Amino acid sequence: VERPSWAPQDIDLNQPSIARVYDYYLGGFHNFAADRAVVEKALQILPESPLIAQANRAFLDRAVRHCLDAGITQFLDIGSGIPTVGNVHEVAQQADPGVRVVYVDIDPVAVSHSRAILAGNAAATVIQADLHEPEQILKDPGLLRLLDLDKPVALLMVAVLHFVPDAADPAGVIDRYRRALPAGSFLVVSHASEEGLAKDRLDAFRALYDRAVAPLTFRSQKEVEALFGGFELVSPGVVSMGQWRPDPPGPIDDWPPSQYGYAGVGRSHGR
Amino acid sequence: MAGEPPAGGGTATPPVGSTGRASFAAAWASRVAGTSYVPMSRAQFENLLAALTDRLADALVAEPFTPRPAYAVGCALVDAHFTDTESLARTVAVLGDELAARLSIPADEQVRSRISMLQGALAAGHSKTLRERALAEQQEIVQAALIARSQAERLLRTSEIRFHTVFAEAALGILIADPSGRILDANHALLTMLGYRLGELARLDISDILHLDQGPEAWEPYVELLRGDRENIKVDKPLFQRDGSLLWTHLTMSLIRDDDGRRHRVVAMFEDVTDRHLLETRLRYLATHDPLTQLANRRLFLDRLESLFTTDPFDDDAADGPGDARLGLCFLDLDGFKVFNDSFGHDMGDRLLVEIAGRLDKCVSSEGHLVARLGGDEFVILIANSTGREQVVALAERALTALVPPVWIGEHELSVSASIGIVERQVAGTNPADVLRAADITLYWAKAEGKSRWAFFDPVRNAREIARYSLCTAMPAALARDEFFVNYQPVVRLTDGAVLGVEALVRWRHPRAGLLGPDQFLGLAEETGLILSLGRWLLRTGCEQLRRWQERFPDADMFVSLHVGSRQSRDPRLVDDITQILDETGLAPDRLQLELTRTALVDGGEEPLRMLGTLSGKGIRIALGDFGPGHANLACLRGLPAHTLKIDRGFVDGLVAPGSTEVDAQIVAALVSLAHALGLSVTAEGVETAAQAARLRGLGCDNGQGRFLGPAGPAEQITWLLSSRGAGAGAA
Repeated sequence: VERPSWAPQDIDLNQPSIARVYDYYLGGFHNFAADRAVVEKALQILPESPLIAQANRAFLDRAVRHCLDAGITQFLDIGSGIPTVGNVHEVAQQADPGVRVVYVDIDPVAVSHSRAILAGNAAATVIQADLHEPEQILKDPGLLRLLDLDKPVALLMVAVLHFVPDAADPAGVIDRYRRALPAGSFLVVSHASEEGLAKDRLDAFRALYDRAVAPLTFRSQKEVEALFGGFELVSPGVVSMGQWRPDPPGPIDDWPPSQYGYAGVGRSHGR
Repeated sequence: MAGEPPAGGGTATPPVGSTGRASFAAAWASRVAGTSYVPMSRAQFENLLAALTDRLADALVAEPFTPRPAYAVGCALVDAHFTDTESLARTVAVLGDELAARLSIPADEQVRSRISMLQGALAAGHSKTLRERALAEQQEIVQAALIARSQAERLLRTSEIRFHTVFAEAALGILIADPSGRILDANHALLTMLGYRLGELARLDISDILHLDQGPEAWEPYVELLRGDRENIKVDKPLFQRDGSLLWTHLTMSLIRDDDGRRHRVVAMFEDVTDRHLLETRLRYLATHDPLTQLANRRLFLDRLESLFTTDPFDDDAADGPGDARLGLCFLDLDGFKVFNDSFGHDMGDRLLVEIAGRLDKCVSSEGHLVARLGGDEFVILIANSTGREQVVALAERALTALVPPVWIGEHELSVSASIGIVERQVAGTNPADVLRAADITLYWAKAEGKSRWAFFDPVRNAREIARYSLCTAMPAALARDEFFVNYQPVVRLTDGAVLGVEALVRWRHPRAGLLGPDQFLGLAEETGLILSLGRWLLRTGCEQLRRWQERFPDADMFVSLHVGSRQSRDPRLVDDITQILDETGLAPDRLQLELTRTALVDGGEEPLRMLGTLSGKGIRIALGDFGPGHANLACLRGLPAHTLKIDRGFVDGLVAPGSTEVDAQIVAALVSLAHALGLSVTAEGVETAAQAARLRGLGCDNGQGRFLGPAGPAEQITWLLSSRGAGAGAA
C-alpha cells in the first residue's frame, strides 16, 4: 500500500508550525506555546516582524480583490496555513458567494482546523498535500469537485515560496501548475527578501527559523520575477509588498516593514 | 447624573460636533494603525473607528450617563481584530488625551470622571472579548490538533493493520531483514515455501537462503542494495529449502529507508515460480532440441553461432577484442542416407540417426562443443573459440572415426560413412550466413571428392566456383537476350587455297565479363544441360547463314561445320532437330558437317554411335576430332561412319616450331596415311604460318584452318572473302 507523502506522521505540538507562528504574528490565538515562543524570540531580533506579516496579509487581500475584478471565480491557495483572519474565502465570497476556494497545506493541524472552519461551506474546501506535487494536488477529487480546471484559476502562493529551497526548483514547480491551468489564470506570489534588513539581524532571524521552524530562502526582486515564467506580470510588476496597488491608491508611507518582502501578480499565457 | 443635554440633542439631528468627532476618529486611527492586523481596507478601518467614535462621543454627553457603550466599543474592537494589547493601550490613551478636547468639551471634573469610566468600560469589554476569543481559538486549535493527531494515528493504525494483513495472509513469501541482511521476520507463506520454522529462519542471513554461489556478478545487486546504492532488485532466483533442495522464485527485494533517509529494513518478496520455471525450462528445451535425437536443433545452433558474432561489452574476457576470436564448423552429412531410407524404411532411418547422433555427441560434447541436427541426416559441430585448423580437422577426423564401427539395428549390421565440410576462420570479417554457406559448399566438395572424407574450405576454389556459378545462372537469360553470336572460320584446301567450308564457332558477349570463348562456357553449358538449347541455336544459326551465302554466291559450294558436345550426341532429339533445320533451310545434308570428339564417341556408349550412323546415312558429313596416337585406339576409327579426321593444333604447333623434333611430323604423316587408308580426308587445325601450311601440304594433309588461312570472324568477313576471291568447288 503506497502511503501518501504526508501521512501518517507524528504530530508534535512542541514543534512550532509555520501556520501557527504566522497566526500568532497576526494576533490570532490558533497557536501553542512553542509557536509563541518562536515569535517572542523573533521579535527580539526583528521587532517589526508582525508588521511584515500584516503587510503580507494586506497584500493578499488586495491581490484577491484584483483577481475578482479580473473575473476570477476560482482560487487555489497553496500553503494556506490557518485561514482565520482575512482569509481568502471570506474576502472572495463576500464579493461573490459563488466563488470557489481550495486551500492546500501540508500541516495536518492547519488542515484539520481549516476543515472545521469550512464545515458547511459548500464552495470551499481544504486538502492536505505537499506543494511540490502539483500533479497530485490537481487530481485530488476534493479539488476537482470545486474547481473547473478548464476555466481560469487564481493560484495563490503567498508567503510560502521562501520555504522552497532552490534545490527543489520552485520555478519548475510553479511551471507544472501553470501547465495544468488555462490561459487567463493568475499567479499571486509574495516572498521574503533580505533587502532593507541589516545583515546581522537577518542572519540571526534566518538561524532562528532554520533551527525552530523551517529553512528560509530569501530571494531578490529579480529572483522573484523569475518565478513568473509563462506569466505576464500585471502592473506594477514585482515590487515591495506595500507598493503593490496600495489601498487607497497613491504613494505609501515610507513604512519599512512593507519593503521587507516582494509581491507580484501574473496572468498566464496558457499551457 | 443630571446635566445639560448635548446641544441640539435628539436623534434626528446630526451629532454634536461632527467635525470634532471626525478629527478624533482620525487621531485614533493614526494611533492604532499597525498595532494589530485588521482585515479591512483603510477606508473600512476609518469608517469603523468613526462609528465607534460616535458611540463614545454620544456616551460622553448622554444623560443619564452610562459607560456601557464603551464596553461595547471594546468588544467591537476585538471583533474587528484589534487583538493586540497595544491597540487597546493606545485606544485608552487617545480616549483620555483627546476625546474631550477634539469634541470641544471642557474637561471639567465630571467630564474627566466620565472619560475614566469610559476608558475602564472599553478596556473591560476589550479584555472580556479578547479572552473569549482567545479561549475559543485555543479550543479550536486544540481540537484541530486532536483531530489531526487521531486521524494520523488512525491512518497509521490502518496502514499497520493493512500491512500485517498483507504480511500474514499473502500468498507471496515475505521476509524482513535489517540493513546488514540479518533476517528479522518472515511470513507464513515463506516459512512454508522454505520448510523452516520462524525461530530457525531468524538466526539466518538473507544470503544463507539465496542461492548466491553463482559468482560475484550474482552477488553484486544484492551487495549494492545493502550498501544503499540501489533501492530494489527484481530477479528470478533459486532459494535453498531447508532440506537443501532448490526452489525457483521471482524475487523482489527493496531497501526501506527511515524518515532521515537512513537504511532501515530490507524487505524481500518471493513468488514461487518453480512450476513456471520448470515449464519454461521444458518449453525452452523443446524449442531448441531435436525431438528424435535430443541434440540441439537448428534454432539453438543458429542462436549459438550468432552469439559468437555479438561481443558482450560487459565481458571482460572479450577485452582482447573480437578480432582475434576464431570459430570452427563441421558440416556433416551421412553418405547415401536417402538410399538407406528408401531401402530400409524411415523407421530404420530414424534409429540409425539416433545412433549416429549419440556417437557424435559422445565424441564432441565432452569438449564443450555443440552438436546439432539441422534436419534430415545433416549434423553440425560448432567449435567456439577454435584454436585453429588443426583442432577442427582433428575433431572432424574423430567424428568420422566414430562412425566407422558398424551400427547394429535389430539384426542388421550397417556400415555408415559421412562426409564433412570444414570451415575454420576468424570471427571478425565474416558472418553467420557466410560461414554456413562455406560449410555447405565444402561439404559438397567432400561428397564430390568421393565421400567418407572431410574437405577444408578453400576460398580460391570457392571464388572460382562462384564465378562459374554466376556464368551458369546467367546463361539461359543470355541466350534469350542474344548475347551469343557466331564467328566463322574458313576451311581451306591446302593445295589451291579454295574455301571448302566454314566452321561455326560460338562466342558469348557477356555484359560484364566481356567476350568469352567457347572454352570458358561450353564446359559449363555441358554440365548444366544448356548445351542442348545452345547447340540447337548454333545449328540453326550456322545453317541459316550458309543458306544466305548460297543464295548470294550460288557457285560457292561450301559446307558449315559445327561442334557437337557429348551431351548433345546423346540427345535423342538431335536427329529430328537436324532434319527439321535442313528442311527449313533447304540445305543439302552434305553441306552440314558435325564435329565430334573421340571422348563423346568412345565414352558415350551405344547411343551416339547409332545416331551417328543415322545422320551419316542421311548424307550428313561427320568429322572426328581430338584423335592422336598417344591416347587413341585408332583402330576404332575403322567402323565409324566418318568423313573427315581433324588433326589437333597441338601437332600442328610442333611441326616447325624452334626445337621441334621430327616426331610430330611423323605422327601427322601417320595420321594422314591412316585416314586416307580409311577413306577419310584430313583437316589440320591451328595453321598459323605459311611454313606450317607448306609442311602440312607436304605431308599430304588435305585441308587446313587457322589464322594463316583465314581467321575466325563475323559472317561479313566470309561474305567479303567470297565476293573477293570466289570459292573453290567440291568437297575435299
